[in-house]
Amino acid sequence: MSELAIRVENVSKRYRIGVRNTHPTLREALVNSAKRSVQGIQRLMHGRNGHQPENTFWALKNVSFEVKQGEVLGIIGRNGAGKSTLLKLLSRITEPTEGRIEGYGRVGSLLEVGTGFHPELTGRENIYLNGAILGMKKAEIDRKFDEIVAFAEIEQFLDTPVKRYSSGMYIRLAFAVAAHLEPEILIVDEVLAVGDAAFQKKCLGKMDAVARSGRTVLFVSHNMAAVEGLCSRAMWLHNGRIEAEGAAGKIVSQYLQRSFVTTTSCSWADIATAPGNEKFRLHSAAVRPVSGLATEPLTVRTPFTIEFSYWNLTPGAYLNVNIQLYNEQGILIFEAGPIHPPIWRPLPKGLYRDICYVPGNLLNDGVYRVVLKAVNNRGTLVYTAEDVLIFAVQDTSDLREGWYGEWGGAVRPVLEWDREMLQTDTPSVNESD
Amino acid sequence: MPSETVVQSQLVEPRVIHQERQEEAAKILHASAALRTPLFVVTPSRGWISLQLGNLWKYRELLYFLVWRDVKVRYKQTVLGVLWAVLQPFMTMVVFSIFFGRLGQMPSDGLPYPIFTYTALLPWQLFAGSLAASGNSLVVNRELVTKVYFPRLVIPLSAVFVGLVDFSVSFVILLGLMMYYGITPTVAVVCVPLFVLLALAAALAVGVWLAALNVQYRDVQYTIPFLTQFWLFLTPIAYPSSLVPEQWRMLYSVNPMVGVVDGFRWALLGQTTPPDTSTVVSLLVTSILLLGGLVYFQRMERSVADVV
Repeated sequence: MSELAIRVENVSKRYRIGVRNTHPTLREALVNSAKRSVQGIQRLMHGRNGHQPENTFWALKNVSFEVKQGEVLGIIGRNGAGKSTLLKLLSRITEPTEGRIEGYGRVGSLLEVGTGFHPELTGRENIYLNGAILGMKKAEIDRKFDEIVAFAEIEQFLDTPVKRYSSGMYIRLAFAVAAHLEPEILIVDEVLAVGDAAFQKKCLGKMDAVARSGRTVLFVSHNMAAVEGLCSRAMWLHNGRIEAEGAAGKIVSQYLQRSFVTTTSCSWADIATAPGNEKFRLHSAAVRPVSGLATEPLTVRTPFTIEFSYWNLTPGAYLNVNIQLYNEQGILIFEAGPIHPPIWRPLPKGLYRDICYVPGNLLNDGVYRVVLKAVNNRGTLVYTAEDVLIFAVQDTSDLREGWYGEWGGAVRPVLEWDREMLQTDTPSVNESD
Repeated sequence: MPSETVVQSQLVEPRVIHQERQEEAAKILHASAALRTPLFVVTPSRGWISLQLGNLWKYRELLYFLVWRDVKVRYKQTVLGVLWAVLQPFMTMVVFSIFFGRLGQMPSDGLPYPIFTYTALLPWQLFAGSLAASGNSLVVNRELVTKVYFPRLVIPLSAVFVGLVDFSVSFVILLGLMMYYGITPTVAVVCVPLFVLLALAAALAVGVWLAALNVQYRDVQYTIPFLTQFWLFLTPIAYPSSLVPEQWRMLYSVNPMVGVVDGFRWALLGQTTPPDTSTVVSLLVTSILLLGGLVYFQRMERSVADVV
């Protein structure tokens, strides 16, 4: 498996800012070129040369990598990191400003599902049109036609214009055509963001099959679970450069740890400047896996602790510190306080440490922030420390059984589940539209 | 490549067909791996580049499907359907016959005015329609251009071919008119396809220029209707080219459509002057325009996805 599929050497791509969305009119172009020539003459007369620095930015800068045949490479990074630009270069939709790309095989790219679908044409007609656009030969489409139709589950609507399709049907058909494209190198951009759960699973299965059949796949996604589950190797792009490259699991956790501004531990050595007031001062706070290993990634399955220490400055105060955990959407996931009775007891002056144990299989993936609320037994608020900790909970690819769509819900418990069969024969069902 | 390429996915139902395809794919992989030269290389292109017409040939099926798409879609959800293809030249003929032929007493080389003008309107509408369609084609198909790779020339080219369908339909009417007026074509009728080809070439020549310019400057889409309107009067459609003074004839023939329209009348109706040097001028101008257009188009092609 050491044959090369793609070699990218020092590739850079420069865009002029604003060029993409504004179309200069002819008049502007004429005026500008007139201005430029005047400036050019002025430069000549003043003996200066060289270009004025233009308003440009590098979407990619000196990117080099190789992909071996049969490899499934995940490309991750934030929006604007250069992922889509890279895919466009590899698909030959646009050219690099500098550098060289060598491709050892027929490339099929799927930057969008349903490219070139025409709403007025029927499902059947669109299969042929879309297939041709994606680079299939007519004979090839003929051969795979039935398979495509079966995959999309649209048999009855084959001769209906696709403008009458539901959005689900439309996407199923579009993906079905794309999924039967069999290039040696497949380039896929975030197609998993569409369709319902069952269909996504099917699509992932198809991609998996493509990879297993020895073809090369380049896969861009924001879905870390999918990247981890499908890709053997991952590449992290950041501001147009390769930040890291290696085994998918390793790169994904590096990316997650470093790309969110997280505060998983903090402490205040000087009590005078620590958050708090004359009754209460924070000393430290941390979130860590129960195993205590700092290197262990915090996933949806990891039990972890939220620990914090604080000074009680009032002798005999009835003081408790509660935790509020908020998710990215600002939803309060839970509020927790001490549970061991007596819950309220007078505390002597001094430094205390509380540990709150959060079980695994509770939180969904995402970024969470911890708010600490010091309260007293009369229900009055002593102090609120906002966003003391900010941490990310990662998704994992296990338990997903090949489906990599977004897992909904504020929490993600793993619940007891039973199934039994009650009857084997089924009454007849009248199908209705 | 190792034999493990034929591994069934647990997630996909095993099928014999699947197996076959995988073996086939493995073969392809073997073949390309054996070559060890890249199948394609992408580098920044500089200066003049070849027209890569061979590459275009590889994408002929896509060309066919794009033409097929536009033909299929053309008269969808219209009441009159393909009748529109007839109605446009026919009504124009009626109007021209009344105003120029009857009221204006325009000479028509001894032919009945309606058939004189209709014979010219056919290649003209083919030319004007194809020119407009190809001039706007890259912008109209920007969704394709920014998402899939193929030689961009396929797009204006397909737009030009689409006009042939309307042309064929309205050509049937011409045959009816010829029967009505009792005109039997001479052997010269075999030249008709050549003049159709010249009209298409002229439309493509101007179309690729406009398509390429349109990517950058949207002014072009507003220019096209004007352009065709003026061009109509520079072409001997409502009047015979014999009306143009002899000393201006060569300059007049710089308009490629002069050669096309005169040739058309000659090939079908027979009574006008046969192709002469002015046809050669038209041919020459078309070739130069087309070649220049193709070169310009190819130069623009590399940045089209970034700009359109």
